[in-house]
Amino acid sequence: MSESRFLPNFEAIAPFSRLTDSGILDSGESPMSDEAVLEALRYMMLTRVFDDKATSMQRQGRFGTFSSVRGQEASVVGAASTLDPTKDWIVPQYREFPALIRHGYPIENFALYFMGNPKGGTIPPNVNMLPMQISLAAQIPQATGLAWGLKMQGGDGVVITFFGDGASSEGDFHESLNLAGIMKAPVIFFLQNNGWAISTPRENQTAARSFAERAIGYGVEGVMVDGNDLLAVHEVTAQAVAKARAGGGPTLIESVTYRTGAHNTADDPTRYIDQQELEKWQQKDPVERIKNYLRSRGIWNENLEQELLDSCAAQIDVAMEIARDTPLATSDALFDHVYAEPPQRMLDQKRDWANRNSDAQ
Amino acid sequence: MIEAIRECLGQEMEADSRVVVIGEDVGVLGGVFRATDGLQARFGKERVVDMPLAEGVIVGSGIGLAMSGLRPVIELQFLGFGHQAFHQIGQQVARLRYRSQGRHALPLVIRSPFGGGVRTPELHSDAFEAFYTHTPGLKVVAPATAYDAKGLLAAAMESDDPVLYLEPLKGYRLTKDEVPDERYTVPLGKLRVARAGAAVTLIAWSAAVNVAERAAEELSEQGISVEVLDLRSLNPLDIDGIAESVAKTGRVAILHEAPLTGGFGGELVATIQQECFYSLEAPIIRISAPDTPYPLGGVEDLYIPDVDRVVAEVADLAKASA
Repeated sequence: MSESRFLPNFEAIAPFSRLTDSGILDSGESPMSDEAVLEALRYMMLTRVFDDKATSMQRQGRFGTFSSVRGQEASVVGAASTLDPTKDWIVPQYREFPALIRHGYPIENFALYFMGNPKGGTIPPNVNMLPMQISLAAQIPQATGLAWGLKMQGGDGVVITFFGDGASSEGDFHESLNLAGIMKAPVIFFLQNNGWAISTPRENQTAARSFAERAIGYGVEGVMVDGNDLLAVHEVTAQAVAKARAGGGPTLIESVTYRTGAHNTADDPTRYIDQQELEKWQQKDPVERIKNYLRSRGIWNENLEQELLDSCAAQIDVAMEIARDTPLATSDALFDHVYAEPPQRMLDQKRDWANRNSDAQ
Repeated sequence: MIEAIRECLGQEMEADSRVVVIGEDVGVLGGVFRATDGLQARFGKERVVDMPLAEGVIVGSGIGLAMSGLRPVIELQFLGFGHQAFHQIGQQVARLRYRSQGRHALPLVIRSPFGGGVRTPELHSDAFEAFYTHTPGLKVVAPATAYDAKGLLAAAMESDDPVLYLEPLKGYRLTKDEVPDERYTVPLGKLRVARAGAAVTLIAWSAAVNVAERAAEELSEQGISVEVLDLRSLNPLDIDGIAESVAKTGRVAILHEAPLTGGFGGELVATIQQECFYSLEAPIIRISAPDTPYPLGGVEDLYIPDVDRVVAEVADLAKASA
């Protein structure tokens, strides 16, 4: 037999990491200053406090179905911490609370959205983000076009879009990588491989050994990073951002992490999740890991931790109060912002709906 | 109703080894609403398949599975995600028989929950049935009772035409009525008189039937006798059944959850005025959602027509004259 005509079988790669599971940095320089790590930790803790609060409110019927970030805090924060909110854009899915808050989306709006109030969708004027995306993968082509457009107009802003291992099975993902590669669009495809799409394990999404290696087929660079390692995620994403800003085109980042919570508050993962695997990942908790790193630097202790928790809780409480005190939407909320120039037929309906609701009171 | 669907799937899979179930989370989890709960344990991973998260290939490969000789039942987790598969459904599923001039039958059932009222996250709750009734070649059924859910699903699976089988999100678990243990079918294209009446014909399908029945009950207390028709099947449409009722009442109200413009109600109005023009004593009315996107859960009760609104509008109709 002569040599195989088929492409070589690529070597499996290990995710890039900087910290050991117990938070010890390798022999190199840290990619983040201590101040930057402390700021990142604050966003991670803020997320955890918010998730706990929102979950308990959901159980009491005061919050809608929502998806917590639990287990993925370093992945989201590490990526977001590389962005310049004044010119970079986030095109989110729905599990990126700290990235959106850091970018300027108000916590109370995030809460209102999940409380079912259309006002929650309001994105303040200078906040560079698209609405959260519920329809999986639909945001990826939009991020590609946004990045392409920014480049075409000579700006140096970049776009990061978040999605998961499940969404990467949709055609939208593949079509976007292909286009972004051709256009050298300044977009970072940040794929959070958290092991699960509701109950469907990662193995059912692809036979490839990694999601990162899919980039090769589109002429795009791919990289696999330990998503529970804040420093590694930050380092890899910062490189991708710098490359995109300098005109080097897109990058696919596979952030290998684990959804240690439920898919959302309507889900019951005990029906399908492997308890041992879950416990293994709980041992790699990203928040504990970065705290251990800070301890090894001699700049973390119980007092600081308590202070941080109190300050996060206070911030979340204020936001939740604003959300709770926001009046329930009236029927006008069905009609407002549907069109720039509403058709008369819809305006007539708006009047009818308002009359009917005032009659009912 | 969920139990009736699950029982039907189990019976059909038992009876016919060509039946396979594919979709997102249908296996170990048993579907997000548990419609396929236990089926993978009973029939194995080959026949109850957790698919990659990609609606286009779920439906498209379903066509291929059917071509290979199987009888696939596809679960689309929510009809709101049907768009990702619309090119396969609208252009391909619906036309394969025609495009092959009868060579290829497509015994395919696509099950999907739709409609609102249960506070889902955004983009999960639209009533998009009219996109599919505007797709010639595809049959569209939408049961309102557990009895019909089982019988219509069996009929859909028996059919050699592709069928979109719509399940009401609201009432999915709440709707409870007598369901025989044994296998039976409810024919596609035959409406059900959900409540007999004399003064007004109120037409609905799926979750709206329950709203219509409760409104009819209140209206009867006001002395207005309402006949509620549960269409069960939008294509084929039971025009004779509708005409029979309209000949008796002369007044028609159509109730649907979807927006007004382009909704299936418009098709019914056109058909009824053509078939029953001389029976009509007043203009036909439509009671629907407004022409706006499906909103977030906090305001969906203002969007979906409720019993009070149906009572008010049907009471006005009962007094109106042509």
